[in-house]
Amino acid sequence: MRASFSMVVLFLALAAAPLAADARSDAKKHVEFGVAVAQKGLWREAILQWERAATIDPTYAAAQNNLAIAYEHEGDLDKARAAYEKALAIEPNNSYIKQNYELFKEINDRTTRKDAQ
Amino acid sequence: MTARLARTLSSLTAVLLLTACTNYYEIPIETPIRPKLDVSGFQRVLVAGFISGGTDDVDSNLETTRLLRSQLRTKSDLRVIDADVLPLMDVATEGQNASTGVVGTPAPIKEEKDLEPYERLFANVDYWKKVGEEYQQPLIVTGTIMFLPQQRNSIVQREVEQYDSFGRRRVTPTRTYVERKGFALRPKFVFIDGRTGTVMHSERFAEEILYNANQTTPALSSYFELMDRLIPSFLNTLSSQKIKGTRVLLQ
Repeated sequence: MRASFSMVVLFLALAAAPLAADARSDAKKHVEFGVAVAQKGLWREAILQWERAATIDPTYAAAQNNLAIAYEHEGDLDKARAAYEKALAIEPNNSYIKQNYELFKEINDRTTRKDAQ
Repeated sequence: MTARLARTLSSLTAVLLLTACTNYYEIPIETPIRPKLDVSGFQRVLVAGFISGGTDDVDSNLETTRLLRSQLRTKSDLRVIDADVLPLMDVATEGQNASTGVVGTPAPIKEEKDLEPYERLFANVDYWKKVGEEYQQPLIVTGTIMFLPQQRNSIVQREVEQYDSFGRRRVTPTRTYVERKGFALRPKFVFIDGRTGTVMHSERFAEEILYNANQTTPALSSYFELMDRLIPSFLNTLSSQKIKGTRVLLQ
């Protein structure tokens, strides 16, 4: 009984692995294309690509990080914050994401100063 | 032991692979920031002057008025009114004399608490409405400025290079007592509706700059250095700004 249960778990794990890998490689294509168009200044197209990547693979921190940057560039600071937070929840120790988020917070804090009346 | 070693090695390999596989690209971005105030109802702006105090080395009232006018001329859509700086200290003192019945001269403002009696001036709706009528109902920018000398002594850790008798270089962290001098700039910008005389918005800032005690930096250059830090935030109150920066895209 125990042996057959282990076999089922192993089978499911093996079956799910290629699916996850497929999702990641599919999402990676969108992320790469998004980076290429963002470098040409086509930020709206980049957002579409990275949003698609984030839908295909919600655990892909790069997609969330890039989306956050694009939202920042578009002036949508609330969405940028949410995307940075998702990226950091996925990869809390990623120094690039942390650095981007710190720079974003500096700008965001300027717009939401508490000592203004 | 072998299993633990294998696990350590495999996680190390995973980290190395992840680092090697992470492609990153630095990209310049420009973040547009919406203005804090809706000034679409105004065509003109009057930087009326400031109640100022602190060091006598810089006339922070005049310098701030000049600087803000020139910044607004180039970086906002409003037409800047060129007018003499209003004698706000006298107006505030007159107001105080009228309310207390005692005739006095304006007291020197040396500390921040000395500003308190003058703050009432910004709530004087009749006065600002009159100013507004005189200049065709502009947006009025006024407020208070404190520009104070600062001195701070602290212990800082520095890395000191040393060579032993064999000529070997050694860097050791050493704690030293450092005396630092500089200035603090604490402005409060008040935005008044010239049509009604009421305060629309006010905002406080605080910036500080410290130098080594043996360094002599003129007060005026410190003032401009500190104002440079505040100007983007001040302008962002009235007009949308684009803040340039760099971020890292990942793959």
